[in-house]
Amino acid sequence: MIEESTVVKVGMADLNVCREGSLRTTGLGSCVGLTLYDSISKVTGMAHVMLPSSEIAREGKLNMAKYADTAIPELIRLMQEQGAIVNRLKAKMAGGAQMFAFSSNNDMMRIGPRNVESCKQVLDHFSIPIIGEDTGGNYGRTIEIRCEDGILNIRSVQKGTKEI
Amino acid sequence: MQLYESLGEFKLDVLKEIGNIGAGNAATALSRLLNRPVDMQVPKVRVLPFECIADEVGGPEQVVIAIYFRVEGEVPGHLFFIFEQEPAKRLLSYLVNMNDNKDLDFCDMEISALSEIGNILAGSYLSSLADFTKLAMSPTVPQLAIDMAGAVLNYGLIQYGEMGDSALLIDTKFLEGCEEIQGTFFLIPDPDSFSKIFTALGVPIE
Repeated sequence: MIEESTVVKVGMADLNVCREGSLRTTGLGSCVGLTLYDSISKVTGMAHVMLPSSEIAREGKLNMAKYADTAIPELIRLMQEQGAIVNRLKAKMAGGAQMFAFSSNNDMMRIGPRNVESCKQVLDHFSIPIIGEDTGGNYGRTIEIRCEDGILNIRSVQKGTKEI
Repeated sequence: MQLYESLGEFKLDVLKEIGNIGAGNAATALSRLLNRPVDMQVPKVRVLPFECIADEVGGPEQVVIAIYFRVEGEVPGHLFFIFEQEPAKRLLSYLVNMNDNKDLDFCDMEISALSEIGNILAGSYLSSLADFTKLAMSPTVPQLAIDMAGAVLNYGLIQYGEMGDSALLIDTKFLEGCEEIQGTFFLIPDPDSFSKIFTALGVPIE
């Protein structure tokens, strides 16, 4: 247990930044767990994105971490405060599953793939490369990223554990 | 989340009664199906932050069997029937003597049987609500997933995501005899469905 380092939890529609230990989010379904990593400063960020775009928001006070188009800029801003440099950042992402398959043409049902697409667009806008991805499918995931080396550990019930 | 703050005690009671009628009928159906007594707890109607919803069934990483229905018609929403693996195995053994398979994996036949149980229960849950409110509602074909509770329940929260960080859900736990919890019913009506329910029942909306 000595090696056990501090794990910072990232809730649903939440984001967090740290420099040591690891960041973890549980039970990703259609949500996307997006991580950004600066290998020089070790500043690591994670966002649990729930919806693709804040344009559809009907809430009074916007939760920045919930939408792909607001969470990523906010995450970058917080990481910069901790000493990260934007053009050193590398992204990894997991989640965006479609838990239940429906023939319904309701767009809400495709929320997982749409979250992934939206995250990619925003990352592209900041010219941040995606170096690892485990998205889609129809199963849930729990992810954890180590600040030490930026390795992202992905666990799922059906597919076991893997690292990217 | 002004929607919920304005609901008030009386409206929450109305929703609790909705859960009571639906789950009561579903429990009766289950009891007939199994030919043994099934109890249920008083339904809870709550506005819960997204984070806490999966805790109701053992936390976001708890592996559960979820049978999911999209509710269609005049009162759209999501209906989940959630079991843990062991009670699901027990249920199968009572119903169809499927207990040769002792480990916690489920074969196709078992998954199909569970979906059908879910279908019967969802049917009786919704048809009793439809009778009570005189509103049309029907479940889609059941979808079964064996996965992390957080990941499956998440699916019912998307509509609420646009409005805030919490959702209103009506949940009812089933017990078989005095044994541990068998399953939980979650009804998560879409945010726009509440006014229709209240209008149909003659509850004044200010």
